[in-house]
Amino acid sequence: MEVAKQLTLINKEGLHARPAVKLVDTANRFKCEIIIKIEGREVNAKSMMSVLTLGAANGAVLNFVASGDDAQDAMSAIEALIAAKFDEE
Amino acid sequence: MEIRRGIPVSSGIIIRQAFVLDSEDYRIPRRFVTDKEIEGEVERFRQAVTSAESEINSLKQDVLRRAGTEVVPIFEAHMRMLLDRQMHDDVISQIRNSGFTAEYAVSKVFRTYTKNIKSVKDPFFAERVVDLFDIQKRLQRTLLGARREDLSHLSQEVVLVAHELTPSQVALLDRTKVLGITLDAGGRTSHTSIMARAMGIPCVVGLETISTDISGGQTVIIDGNRGIVIVEPDEPTLRKYQDAEGKYHDFSLSLLKYRHLSAKTTDGVKINLLANIEFPWEIKGAIENGAQGIGLYRTEFLFTENGGLSEDEHYRTYKKAMEEVDGRELVIRTLDLGADKFADPRSSDRPPEKNPFLGCRSIRLCLENPDVFKMQLRAILRASALGHNLKVMFPMISSLEELRQAKLILADTRESLDRDGIAYNKHMQIGVMIEIPSAAIIADMLAPEVDFFSIGTNDLIQYALAVDRGNERVAPLYKPAHPAILRLIDRIVKAGEKAGIKVAMCGEMSGDVVFTILLVGLGLQDLSTAPSVIPEIKQVIRSISAKEAKQIARRALKFQTSEEAVDYLIEKTRKILPEVY
Repeated sequence: MEVAKQLTLINKEGLHARPAVKLVDTANRFKCEIIIKIEGREVNAKSMMSVLTLGAANGAVLNFVASGDDAQDAMSAIEALIAAKFDEE
Repeated sequence: MEIRRGIPVSSGIIIRQAFVLDSEDYRIPRRFVTDKEIEGEVERFRQAVTSAESEINSLKQDVLRRAGTEVVPIFEAHMRMLLDRQMHDDVISQIRNSGFTAEYAVSKVFRTYTKNIKSVKDPFFAERVVDLFDIQKRLQRTLLGARREDLSHLSQEVVLVAHELTPSQVALLDRTKVLGITLDAGGRTSHTSIMARAMGIPCVVGLETISTDISGGQTVIIDGNRGIVIVEPDEPTLRKYQDAEGKYHDFSLSLLKYRHLSAKTTDGVKINLLANIEFPWEIKGAIENGAQGIGLYRTEFLFTENGGLSEDEHYRTYKKAMEEVDGRELVIRTLDLGADKFADPRSSDRPPEKNPFLGCRSIRLCLENPDVFKMQLRAILRASALGHNLKVMFPMISSLEELRQAKLILADTRESLDRDGIAYNKHMQIGVMIEIPSAAIIADMLAPEVDFFSIGTNDLIQYALAVDRGNERVAPLYKPAHPAILRLIDRIVKAGEKAGIKVAMCGEMSGDVVFTILLVGLGLQDLSTAPSVIPEIKQVIRSISAKEAKQIARRALKFQTSEEAVDYLIEKTRKILPEVY
């Protein structure tokens, strides 16, 4: 199963260290493959080092693509995390 | 086959496989492992990750206790980066697919991530490069540390290849396994070179990039006589050198026959051949090589070991040295810290000196810290009660005032021992090192106030010629046979003769067989050298008359360039000891 969703970072910091940790941790809870596409590049959402290379700040638009059995659950979790501003503000 | 030329600092020829020691402070070179070693390399990487993980955890606990919870996210982020599966897969596939060492695979993968992060315009993300660097360094330290561990448990004989080694690293090498050394850095008179020579390990330095050009396991020839390093020699070269290796070994053995003969010229002038040492355990080997005593006992180690030893520990070390020399001469040089040597732990809170060679080092440091100086002098004086053969000398004296100040502190120390009722030799001989041009020029004024001179050529040359001996770009200007140097030495010896005191030389120049005839001819009575070169020097002395040496020295003083003087001296030396060249 493949699920794609476009999400906008609404928290102040964007994917700074603390939010990035939460995103990577969330992604790693699921078995499915999760890719983030931004401006023609794509990186592994489970990889901290790769997520940091996105340089995603406040307002960045990220295209998530999850593929695998639990793709739907993974996408819901990520969506909730981003909507909750990573529980930080 | 690749032939490289460097600076020969310790003679001998050796052919063995390379053991390469990288440093996390330098670029990790691209090295390969054999197919058989690939899985072991993957395992090394995994272990490095595990150990970095526990390092970060304990660091986190430690910082948490001291700084509170704000810093935790930093460690959380580091941990996610370290345990990043994608990064692990990248590194492992570099090892498996390209056969790279774990070190190189890590550095290559991190380079890619670093490049990507750096390309982000937002400064916050660009700064994460520092975190990447930190994690990489942690991994490399573990990987390289394990290699260093291997170095102390070598199972076969090797040639050690490194960017740089500290004198203490060399001192701790297993001499039965490390048969040769070659380094990117260094010059003939660096302390690492001196140490290699003292330990009799053939060594070529100043090769700039040798540590990145050689891979572990490659066959390397070190020709410490000519300063040549050959990587993966072809058959004819290998055969030629195997032959030479054997011959040199025989030559070294033949020299040992001279061990118990005295260093006397053919017309009966006796030269005192002494050894330079840093540790009392070196004395036994020096005497086995034919040293008649110790002309320079460097004591810096006692000040850097465990943040500096106590007076009693100094005393015990000197006592040990006195037992080892067993009645032979023992010249202890007081603290000569600073500049290119070890850092002074006591001044670590001060900003570094802009020009340490001209700074507060050596006797200046002692006069500035009389308590430290007195502590050492007390220990030396206490040891002087064990025999009249113990002498003391002050390094880096540049004026009469400094010498008098040092002697005053010595007198104070004597009084304190008198008060405490502790025995010492009231007639202990006191000498100065002549290693600053000003001291050489006023040698006639210094001579009446001391019992002996010891010429320290390394510093004398660098100060007189204004050449930093450790700077590869100007190292060729460091010329012991420069007419100015020869004149200074001549002047010092004459001042000593006039005052009736003994003149010794303990610098590198006294251990260079090219200059032996010259030094004997100039009238030096004591030559103190690295123990390993004593047999060679002795053979030269035994093969020439003092009269002839004097003529040669007078002639050498007339040359206008160092090159002419050296060529002339080599020609004269080759006649009596062709095996050296």
